[in-house]
Amino acid sequence: MSKATDAQSLEKRLMQPSARMLGMVLSFRKSRQVQRAFGAILVNVVVLTLGVLFALPFYWLLSSSLKTTAQIFQMPPVWWPNPILWTNYIRVFTESPFAHYALNTLVIAAPVTIGTLISGAMVAYGFSRIEWKGRDLLFGITLSTLMIPFTVTMVPMFIIFRKLRWIGSYKPLIVPAFFGSPYFIFMLRQFFRTIPPELSDAARVDGASELRIFLRIVLPLTKPALAVVALFSFIGVWGDFLAPLIYIDDMKKYTIALGLFRFLGDRAHETDWGILMAASTFTLLPIVLIFFLAQRTFIEGIKLTGMKG
Amino acid sequence: MGHKLRMSPRERRNLLWGLFFTVPWIIGFFWFYAYPIIASLIYGLTQYNLLQPPRWVGLDNYRFMFRDRHYWRSVYNTIWFVVIAVPINIVFSFVAAVLLNQRLVLRSALRTIFYLPTIVPNVASALLWLWVFNPYGLINGTLAWLGIKAIPWLSHPSWTKPALTIVTTWIAGSNIVILLAALQDVPQHLKEAARIDGANWWDELLHVTIPYVTPVILFTTITGMIWAFQYFTFAFIISGPGPAESTLFYAMYIYQNAFSGFRMGLASAMAWIMFLMVAACTYVLFRSSARWVYYGGE
Repeated sequence: MSKATDAQSLEKRLMQPSARMLGMVLSFRKSRQVQRAFGAILVNVVVLTLGVLFALPFYWLLSSSLKTTAQIFQMPPVWWPNPILWTNYIRVFTESPFAHYALNTLVIAAPVTIGTLISGAMVAYGFSRIEWKGRDLLFGITLSTLMIPFTVTMVPMFIIFRKLRWIGSYKPLIVPAFFGSPYFIFMLRQFFRTIPPELSDAARVDGASELRIFLRIVLPLTKPALAVVALFSFIGVWGDFLAPLIYIDDMKKYTIALGLFRFLGDRAHETDWGILMAASTFTLLPIVLIFFLAQRTFIEGIKLTGMKG
Repeated sequence: MGHKLRMSPRERRNLLWGLFFTVPWIIGFFWFYAYPIIASLIYGLTQYNLLQPPRWVGLDNYRFMFRDRHYWRSVYNTIWFVVIAVPINIVFSFVAAVLLNQRLVLRSALRTIFYLPTIVPNVASALLWLWVFNPYGLINGTLAWLGIKAIPWLSHPSWTKPALTIVTTWIAGSNIVILLAALQDVPQHLKEAARIDGANWWDELLHVTIPYVTPVILFTTITGMIWAFQYFTFAFIISGPGPAESTLFYAMYIYQNAFSGFRMGLASAMAWIMFLMVAACTYVLFRSSARWVYYGGE
């Protein structure tokens, strides 16, 4: 009994000023506003931490590319390169044909993007703006091809292109784009469906042909979606690895992704990470720039494909 | 023929226009999808090294394959990725999307940070992660800084797949954006009704929000599963087959057989089994979706 009172009085003496504050805090926390503010702060802290974790590899890439070899292998890691060294970037271009690889990739990306746009828009128009027998069946088949991994068709396609004597040229990388990609067909069809059918009907009454409606009415209204397709298809070519790996054997014809990979093979045993990180930065830089210039377009594009059909 | 005659002139004109617009894809479909899949079934029954003409061997490739230890290793690693890495990715994407859907400081900057890794060329990000996992890299360097023992990310078979799973989570951005868009489509009035009924934040998430986004979760699960079956570039660059073949994935083994060993027949047989596995998984997911996907939101 006395023990309890002792403890109580001790607690009282120790806690009195802070207890009053605690009571205040508690009564505040009871109020909904503060509780909500507390939750909001917590969410912000969690998301910001995640954001930092996600950005950290990029920072590591950049900082490593600006370090001397000695600083790269320093333990614990050096967070801020000192001195800031640009020679790794110069060496990427003087010691390897990286600029040439970038040019090769553009030579592929330009026709692929054009082909994807033409075929994608045409086929999507046929699937969305005209009612015809067999359309929905064919579209169903088209959707099911989205589920076929490239790995499954890779070997026979290599054999076909080999028989055509296209291996070693850019044709296997470019020609398929002109025959439609189910992913972009689906994306554009989703967009075409949002254009009111009355527009086409009015033009049909006026005697316009489907080709004319496609070129003069639907295409001009589709510019934002076409921009998405162009961006995605360019980024796809820029980063594509497996197809160039299979079809391109001549070093002079390497794409940038393939060049970067071979660069790794040549450099990894020397563990020349500075130059490797500089080369990687150079490879991802155009994509990051495009992204920042067209961020809105991107987000719209992903939503378009993620949408329920 | 007779049934064609029964078409009205308008129907016939529409059919011709429809075919006119879709003909590139009809050719593309046969050239790049239908023919290769049938051809790979037939090549799978032959021995073909590209130099000599294909030689018929019946089911020998399949017999060889099913007795091949490396093949089963690659099946195991791929299934591991489908069953563990993909769900982790989707759960993470969902949590991130829910968080990004709250009121946040720097919201659009954060969204950019989460999305950016997905558009970076795979070879560049694979190289970046190869360096992050290096004994002198970002993670082990930070661990050393904190006084924690280094983790053998790429040199010990039990760490290689978790390491690749981390990379997979890092590129979850497009799933996050898709899920975020779905979360923003959840009708506000339903949330309010739930709140009036005394639902707290958790009830609301469980009984209103999640049912509404299940169609999108199904979509991300199917695309994720297909993605995992053809998982190649990251593993090929970061770890190769890895210690004890712990990152020998199915697509990598097909690639090795086809383009290092020039066993086109065997590689085709493997590709066909992959095709069947993807089809079976898609079928199972669609069938199960009747039980857990909610389509009231149409």
